[in-house]
Amino acid sequence: MKCRKCGGTASLELRRHNAAFCAEDFVEFFRNQVREAIRKHRMFTREERVLVAVSGGKDSLALWDVLIDEGYDTTGLYLDLGIFDYSVESRAKCETFAARRGVPLIVTRVADEVGAGVPVIKQVTRRPPCSGCGLSKRYLMNRAALEHGLPVVATGHNLDDEAATLFGSVMHWQMDSLPRQSPALAATHPKLVRRVKPLYRLSERETAAFAFIRRIDYIVEECPFAVGATSIAHKQILDRMEDASPGAKHNFLFGFLDKARAAFERAEGVALQECTRCGQVTTSTVCAFCKLADQVKRATS
Amino acid sequence: MKVLLRNPRREVSVPGNRRVKDVLRELDILPETVLVIRGDELVTADQVVRDDDVIELRPVMSGGRA
Repeated sequence: MKCRKCGGTASLELRRHNAAFCAEDFVEFFRNQVREAIRKHRMFTREERVLVAVSGGKDSLALWDVLIDEGYDTTGLYLDLGIFDYSVESRAKCETFAARRGVPLIVTRVADEVGAGVPVIKQVTRRPPCSGCGLSKRYLMNRAALEHGLPVVATGHNLDDEAATLFGSVMHWQMDSLPRQSPALAATHPKLVRRVKPLYRLSERETAAFAFIRRIDYIVEECPFAVGATSIAHKQILDRMEDASPGAKHNFLFGFLDKARAAFERAEGVALQECTRCGQVTTSTVCAFCKLADQVKRATS
Repeated sequence: MKVLLRNPRREVSVPGNRRVKDVLRELDILPETVLVIRGDELVTADQVVRDDDVIELRPVMSGGRA
């Protein structure tokens, strides 16, 4: 197989693009896709400081790597979830990356903020662990950005993540989730920062290949709590569809974004207010994060 | 050849010189779900790996949401 650009031996075949690239030209293809995402959705400008949420996995570190090389002023945020060895190892990957690239990294321990780490949150809530984990992450990312005066949070969500989320939302016709699914969510309240996903045009395999070629040391092992997660099952279903019909995931996600998403937007906006306890933005009196912290406190005291 | 697999970490042996795509088919792995790594390089599905090669099939999936 030959590289589409230079004709040399290819390292990676991209069936959905009917193309193959050598390592060097693939890296350029990858960066172009990120540039296009940032441009198309006006994710951030050169003057804005960007908070990059990093987990130690391939996606977020690949994203950080690209943004640094593109000359953006970035700060990393690692949320220590307290998931045993997995968190110890993933934190070390982020710290090593930040030190090597000479970029600042903020580390926040979920246990310090919620009262316990994800393993206890899982037991207390009796809900899937990804549920309390996701809630805590979204809250703490927004708060960290506000506290440090950064107007935007960038996450490493890729095409596969977005297609799997869309698939889950459609399977249950979650009318609230569908309009919120977007590569860029504007700040709709003074205490909410913009949230962007610059890797949404790139598949999971492409981000893994980029991280490998760039010799980014990332955590390959799966989060122990992700085993059996619904989103993983949805990804596996979509992988089968992609194998039978290359481009299926891309068409599913991009078709939604280009043609269908607007139809799900509600005429009247949701009323946002500030949580009476912590002051962060919520749709009710007390926000979901404070309720979670209360629940953890009751169960562990 | 020796084939290294992850999650869980294990090692299997596939005899002979084979095309990557045939190795993946034999192990029932979809090509889009792994990176195929030989030494410090990525290998495409049409390439032949030799009996004395060691390859790693690194899964690319991550994440988890309820």
